[in-house]
Formats: sequence, structure tokens, C-alpha cells
Amino acid sequence: MTARAIANNVLSHALLLVAVAFALYPVLWVVALAFSGDSVPTARAIPVPTAPTMDHLREVVSTTRPTPDGGTAWLFGRQLANSLLVSIATALVGVGVAIPVAYALARFEFVGKSGGMATLLATQMFPAVASAVPLFIMLEAMGLLNTRTGLILCYASTSVPFAIFQLRGAFETIPVDLEEAAMVDGASRFEAFVRVVLPVAKPAIAVTFLFAFMTAYNEFILAATLLSDESMFTLPVVLQRFIGEYDAQWEAFAAGALVVSVPVMALFYLLQKHMVAGLGAGGVKG
Amino acid sequence: MVNVETQGLRKSFGDTEVLKGIDLRVPEGSFAVLVGPSGCGKSTLLRLLAGLEQATEGTILFGGEDVTAYAPKDRDVAMVFQSYALYPHMTVRDNLAFGLKLRKTAADIIDARVTEAAAVLGLEPLLERFPRALSGGQRQRVAMGRAIVRRSKLFLFDEPLSNLDPALRTQVRVDIRKQHDRLGATSIYVTHDQVEAMTLADLLFVLSEGEVQQVGSPLEVYEDPANRFVAGFVGSPAMNFIDGCRVSADGAAVLVAERRLPLPPSEGREPSKLAGREVCVGVRPHDMSIVEASAHAIPFTPSILETLGPEVHAHGTFGAHEGVVAVSADLPLARGVMVHVRPTRLYLFDQATGATLR
Ligand SMILES: Nc1ncnc2c1ncn2[C@@H]1O[C@H](COP(=O)(O)OP(=O)(O)OP(=O)(O)O)[C@@H](O)[C@H]1O
Ligand SMILES: [Mg+2]
Repeated sequence: MTARAIANNVLSHALLLVAVAFALYPVLWVVALAFSGDSVPTARAIPVPTAPTMDHLREVVSTTRPTPDGGTAWLFGRQLANSLLVSIATALVGVGVAIPVAYALARFEFVGKSGGMATLLATQMFPAVASAVPLFIMLEAMGLLNTRTGLILCYASTSVPFAIFQLRGAFETIPVDLEEAAMVDGASRFEAFVRVVLPVAKPAIAVTFLFAFMTAYNEFILAATLLSDESMFTLPVVLQRFIGEYDAQWEAFAAGALVVSVPVMALFYLLQKHMVAGLGAGGVKG
Repeated sequence: MVNVETQGLRKSFGDTEVLKGIDLRVPEGSFAVLVGPSGCGKSTLLRLLAGLEQATEGTILFGGEDVTAYAPKDRDVAMVFQSYALYPHMTVRDNLAFGLKLRKTAADIIDARVTEAAAVLGLEPLLERFPRALSGGQRQRVAMGRAIVRRSKLFLFDEPLSNLDPALRTQVRVDIRKQHDRLGATSIYVTHDQVEAMTLADLLFVLSEGEVQQVGSPLEVYEDPANRFVAGFVGSPAMNFIDGCRVSADGAAVLVAERRLPLPPSEGREPSKLAGREVCVGVRPHDMSIVEASAHAIPFTPSILETLGPEVHAHGTFGAHEGVVAVSADLPLARGVMVHVRPTRLYLFDQATGATLR
């Protein structure tokens, strides 16, 4: 390496470090806060915990609720389960419904195709909050208020169109030749779809799943509107309760935020090997 | 091995008729080449044979069996795509084995066939690689291998060489013909490159605008083109056409650039039918030679010389008409020369329909 190349290398790494520090600084503050024993956080340049303690973490995860038979049950565990269940179901429904729809939109011509696409697009233009009231009324009529099923239905109404757009784009980039080759090789249209199109689209499907999961996992307004019973809460609603109007429990909030991010990080870790870019490259020409 | 026949095959996309009644007859085990200019419907015809496209009208017969309505998977054909269409998520080995796995072939047979095909095509060191880690030529061989392992009775090729560089193209062309001779299956090969067509084919189908213009061996088509289109398409450099020439009153000569070129009585040519007609005269660049002034030669003014090593293609004009003469490289070409046309190599075409006049 020449001196010039070394200098370039050092410079680019220095720049990267600055960028990383910039992005991580608030996160470090949350970590410091979560483990601080002081009751009032003080402004410091370097975010390190003062009087380090695990108390806040323990306090956040060990909430309980009374059960009808007079005992107590682990409340936080149930809320975590609510969040995971609702988010995974939303992502599964979104991706599951979207795959066949997106494939049809990408590959076939049919009556109502452009109209359908326009309608889907229109549903994407309104923020979820705008429909909070009608959703509330509809869920009430169906007796699904304050249930996880009701929340999943509401979330799916945005995750499905979103996933359709994502996956349609992905299917369109897969050359038709691949399916045709599979069909000449002896596959039915369906087999060609399952054994060639789906595996090639796997990275796009993984990304779509992750996005749908995260959107549901982070959603607050609808959850706060539609859920009233503590044992039905999802984690964003739980977190919000720590920063009430008068007595913000910042340390508990920070500790809760840390716990809440663990599943998302785990999911990223699990899915990353399926999201390898360029998996589809090299099949045709080159 | 199977003979392939189509009867009155038509295909329209919306209002545009792409194939206008194609009648093919490809004998068992032969190598047929469909050749024609871009957009003439070659790929469409091949896709109809593979079942990837539905015929608007007409029948397709494989070995006498009507397969017109069959799905691709039930036709037992193997196809090499122009884009190769290798499955990007599978290794070379799995690409080769995919068709056999779909047909529930026993694992040991799959292994044996893949090993054999890999050996024949020199793919052994590449079997565990993914297509993205292969060069263009290697991908082409995998695409060939995928067709070979299937042991299909019919091979379809859609311009399989067009993504290769010229040197490799010649080599793979020879390989394809070798594989055909080894396997003995019927092959139908589509190309717009007439050199490829001439060198590969047992049987040549020249297509233009959705119609078969002529069928025959490459030499038959070259020597005896059915019409002006075929004459101009087959052969390189292309045949020279000189429009608006008149045949003498006795039908024994034709006037080209104000010179009389004799028309020797040849097979099937009837001077009486030609006498006095206005025709288009066709001469292949290789059928002309440079001469000293001569009664039966026509003047030629070269403008651009393309040197190809042993021969030179001289582009220039015969009187008012543009044309090409292929001459030996060691002949000096002066600014104005006379070229002699071998009288037996003159082609006459109907000025209006383009049909060959005999
Ligand atoms: N799916 C389609 N829809 C509409 N028109 C089509 C379709 N497929 C092909 N065509 C038209 O049919 C004609 C023939 O196409 P085809 O692909 O068979 O040509 P080709 O002879 O293979 O040409 P090339 O040498 O360029 O590959 C073209 O004019 C093309 O535009
Ligand atoms: Mg084509």
C-alpha cells in the first residue's frame, strides 16, 4: 500500500467512526439511563451509567397482574407475547396474502388489473390514524375490540397492500425465462413458481416480512386506541405508560426500550442470511 | 427421436399476425435450422413447439401425435434459451439435475447422467458452483448440459450462441453439432445468422414475415433460391441485385449496365417465357471475376475495399447500381475495372413478385 492509500484508508475510517458515533450516541444514552441508579438523569457529555444498577430492568420485566382465581400472573411476559404474536401474524398474513396477488399482478393480464392497482395505491395514501375511528367502530360491531385478532386485522389492512407493492416489484425483476425453462424441464406452472420463483424471490420476501413485522411491532396509535385492557397491551403502549404526563419514569422507559428492541435485533440476525443481495444474479446472460 | 410436423400453424398477438400458416416437416434425427431476419417469428414458432405459447390455429405433431394442446412439461422437449435461463439459486449440479428430479428419476440415474453430461461438456470442476460464478461460455455449456441430461427426443435451441464472442461461437457451434450427432435426437435450431444456419443445418427453413420462404439443404437453398428474399438472405456477402434489366427478344441474353450478358440454356429455363421481360438480375459477389475488357463483362467502379485476408470485398457501383465483388487479395483493383459474370451463375427474379425466374 502506498502512503497515499494508507492516508485515504485512515481518513475514510475516521469519517465512518464519526458517523457511527453520531448514530449511536442517542442509543448509548438510553443504555446509560437504563442502568443508572440516580433518579434524575443529568446532562453529561459521555453517556455512562451513574450508580449502576439492574433495578429498572427488573422492575420493567417483572410486572404482574391479578388473575381471576386470586393469584398473580406475569404481566410483562403476556404483553411481550401480545406484541410478538400480533407482529408475526401481521407479517405472515401480509406476506402470505401478498405473494399470490403480487405474482398475478407481475405476470398476468386480467380485467380490473389497473383499477385494482390504483385502489391499492389509494389505500396507501392515508395514514393509519385517519382510519382509527372507523376501525374502532367496525371492530366494536364485530366484537373484536380489545382483542389481538382485531389488532391483527387492522394491521393487515396496511401490511397487505405494502407487501403487494414490494413483492410485485420483486417478481417483475425475475426473468420469465426462468419459469419457462422450468416448465420445459417438466414443471407445472405451480411447481415452477414454488421451486424457482419463490426461492429466487426469497431475499425480497424476507425484507418484506421484516418491514411488515417492524411496522406492526412499533405501532402505537391504533394499539392505544383499540386496546383498553392492560393484559392485551402491546409493548409500545406499555412503554408509553412509563412517561405519564406528570411523573416520567425515564430510567424505566429506557430499560423498557432496551427490552423491546431485543426481539427486533434477533429477527434481523435470523433473517440477514436470507437477505443477501445479488442472490438472483447470474441466472440469465451476463 | 421424433419427427416434427406442423400444419397451417398460425399465431397472432392481438391484431398482429406473427405466424401466417407454417408447415414444417422435420424428419426424425435431423438438424433443422429456422433462419430469418429479426422479428420474422422464429422464436414464436419455437415457443409454440415447446408449448410456451398457444397456437391461434393449426396443429403440431410429434411423431404423428397431436401435441398442440399439451402443456410444456408433457411434450418431453429440451430447450436451450438465448438467455440460458439457469436457475440462479441452484448449483450447476442441481441445474443439470432439476429436470430429472421433476420427473422423479432415481437418484443413481440422475447422478450417472449428470456425471456423463459434465464429462462431455467439461463441466466437472464447476459442478458445485452457482451460475453467478460462471463465465458466459461456461453458462452456455451448463444450459446445453441441462438439455442433454434429459435425453429428450427433441432439442430446441433459440439463438444459443448470440451472447458469446465470435471465436467461442465457432467452437460451440461445432460442439452443438457433435452433440447432435452423438445423441441422435431431432434438433430444431433458431438463428438470424445465416452462416450459423448454413454450417449447422441438414435442413434449412428460411422464414420471413411469418412465412416459410424456402425449405431445403443449405446448398440447395444457396444454389437455387426460391425468391429474391432468400437469395439476398443466404450467402455472405449478400447477392447483388440489379433492378430493371431487360431480357433480349430471343431470351438468350440480358442487358445489364448496357452490356449483353448471355443466358445459357440451363435446367428448366424457358427462353420463350423470358423474352423481352423486365427482370431483376442477381449475381453473387463470389461469382464475378476481374477481367480485361471483354464483350460479356460489365463495368465496376470500386469505392471501398474490405480486406479479409485471402480475399477482398470491393464495394462499388455497376453503372447506376450499388454492389459488391469478392476478389482475390493479390489482384490490383483500379478505379474502373470490368467484371466478368459466370453466365451459369446469373439469377433472374420477377421485378414485381421477386420470384425466381427459370
Ligand atoms: N408476447 C408478445 N406480444 C406481442 N407481440 C409479440 C409477442 N411476442 C412476439 N411478438 C412479436 O412477434 C414478432 C416476432 O417475434 P419473435 O420473437 O418470434 O421474432 P424473432 O424472429 O425471434 O426475432 P429475433 O431474431 O429478433 O429474436 C415480433 O414483431 C414481436 O414484436
Ligand atoms: Mg428470437
